[in-house]
Amino acid sequence: MPINITLVVVLAVIYAAGFYLLMQRSLMRVLLGIVLVGHGANLFLQAAGGPAGEPAKVGKALGAASDPLPQAMALTAIVITFAVTVLLLALAYRSSVLLKDDEVQDDVEDRRLRRAPETEDEPASVISLREGEP
Amino acid sequence: MTGLLVALPALLPLLAAGLSLLVSRIRHAQRVVSGVALSAVLVDAAILLWIVDSHGAVVLRLGGYPPPAGITLVADRLSALMLLVSAVVTVVVMLYALGQRVTDHGRTATTSFHPVYLVLTAGVMLAYLTGDLFTLFVAFELMLTASYVLITRGVTADRVRAAMTYVITGLTSTLLLITLIALVYAATGTVNLADLGAKLSDVDPALRGALSLLFVTVIGIKAAVVPLHFWLPDSYPTAPAPITAVFAGLLTKVGVYALIRVQTAVFAHQDAWHVLLVAALITMLLGALGAVAQDDVNRMLSFLLVSHIGFMLFGLGLFSEAGLTGAILYALHHITVQAGLFLVLGLVARHTGATSLRRMPGGVARQRPLLAVLFATGAANLAGLPPLSGFLAKVTLLRGGAVSDTELGVVLAGAAVVTSFVTLYALARVWVIAFWGTGREGSADADRSSGELAPVMTTACAVLIGVGVAMAAFAGPLSAVADRAATHVLDVTSYRSAVLGGEP
Repeated sequence: MPINITLVVVLAVIYAAGFYLLMQRSLMRVLLGIVLVGHGANLFLQAAGGPAGEPAKVGKALGAASDPLPQAMALTAIVITFAVTVLLLALAYRSSVLLKDDEVQDDVEDRRLRRAPETEDEPASVISLREGEP
Repeated sequence: MTGLLVALPALLPLLAAGLSLLVSRIRHAQRVVSGVALSAVLVDAAILLWIVDSHGAVVLRLGGYPPPAGITLVADRLSALMLLVSAVVTVVVMLYALGQRVTDHGRTATTSFHPVYLVLTAGVMLAYLTGDLFTLFVAFELMLTASYVLITRGVTADRVRAAMTYVITGLTSTLLLITLIALVYAATGTVNLADLGAKLSDVDPALRGALSLLFVTVIGIKAAVVPLHFWLPDSYPTAPAPITAVFAGLLTKVGVYALIRVQTAVFAHQDAWHVLLVAALITMLLGALGAVAQDDVNRMLSFLLVSHIGFMLFGLGLFSEAGLTGAILYALHHITVQAGLFLVLGLVARHTGATSLRRMPGGVARQRPLLAVLFATGAANLAGLPPLSGFLAKVTLLRGGAVSDTELGVVLAGAAVVTSFVTLYALARVWVIAFWGTGREGSADADRSSGELAPVMTTACAVLIGVGVAMAAFAGPLSAVADRAATHVLDVTSYRSAVLGGEP
């Protein structure tokens, strides 16, 4: 299969930028990262379909037509990423209302468990966990 | 006619979800729709298992396109077994959720739970039936998007925080899956699993290895394989008990199913695969140790869930008939017992008003003897004490490890035994703290409602735990079917000829 170098370079840049954004703490940037990688993935599907060609329609010679299967897959993927992006936007909004910022936060329980040995001098044995008992 | 049976498990819940939205204003209608649809799927799955086991795999070509073009649904013994057990869990969890709903909010309240739950079921069922990689992606999305909605229903700050981790992780693995599909398509020009298996054998082994590894990574995120498990214990415990139960029972196991299906049908490993075995080892041990460190019972169960995914990977990683039989039996056992335990602990949490072991007043065994019996049975089952179904699955796995040609098999068998003991310890800790003792009157928190336990909820728990016991009672026929399923899964040529037709 002939490889389109321009597409490959564009894909590499999009993926790199997208995953960089995914690593950020701000939910807005994570969202942009997901949108970017999503576009990258759809473009990748197109690139995987081989070179561009005639539209694949009934009655056309198959040889000259571009591969319709990756296009169909990309369409499906676009719809799905669109829907989930909207859901994530709603979540980000809800998060900014409830938590007053849109940072992705550490899990509370994780932090509490990590701190536990320092804050409590009792050994973490079975019996000592029953602190509520009279 | 048999083709219709293959389509129904995915189609019926989806149609019912639409209908459920339409009739949301009519009293009882949503409950009836969900009940009828899910029960029909259960019956359908049972018939399908019987047909598939006696006549071989059933293939449905949607739209009549000859494969590899078009969407193919395939039901073989493995998918039929998973379908049946998952259908049982969806019905039971729905009963539990209804019980909880009616107790807390009365009969009239309409809810978005039903349509979303039905969509989730459709996604799970489609994932078991799909015969191509892209439909697998669609099924995963159907299931995950529904789960995103379920986990964020009734938004509180806690749930939003947990859901963000969950959604972002899920989406990342989804995008990686699209990337993988693109790579596979670029290498072979097809996404049909059977066709891929044939075409990938001509591809450079190094590229095939890389694709196989990427698939393990992508699905590893969804199946919570250590070190890709980090999101699971942070997100699952925040959801209400029935939702956590169905997530824990089904979602990760769909990932395991996808791993089994694709690694055998597409990548057709012949010998034990060390990468997967090492991942299984780490998953088993780290998950179990993580469970011991937890204070919140739901988090503890979530870590045990991660740990026990390792058992299934262990069976798969051996790529032998004995190992795969063990993995299949383990998946079936684990779906019911893990969902059952989450439900039981959900009831305990409602009764005591606490999920944290520190705040558990104790004495549940005296106040609610039935709950204690259910928890003890489920816990013993998960830890694999004889004569329960966990023991059956573990013995099959250990035998697979012992007879395998790699030394790693024996090491893993040892680790599996250690993990079982640690599991037992973690669950025994809950037993001692929550169930023993004199206790005091439970003080239910405001948001956990009255703390009242509807009989239907207890019954639902009893059914799930009972299925685990029944699996042990019917161990003979069950392991025979699982054995035949494993043989068929490993026999790639018969899968190919069943799907592609004609030429082997």
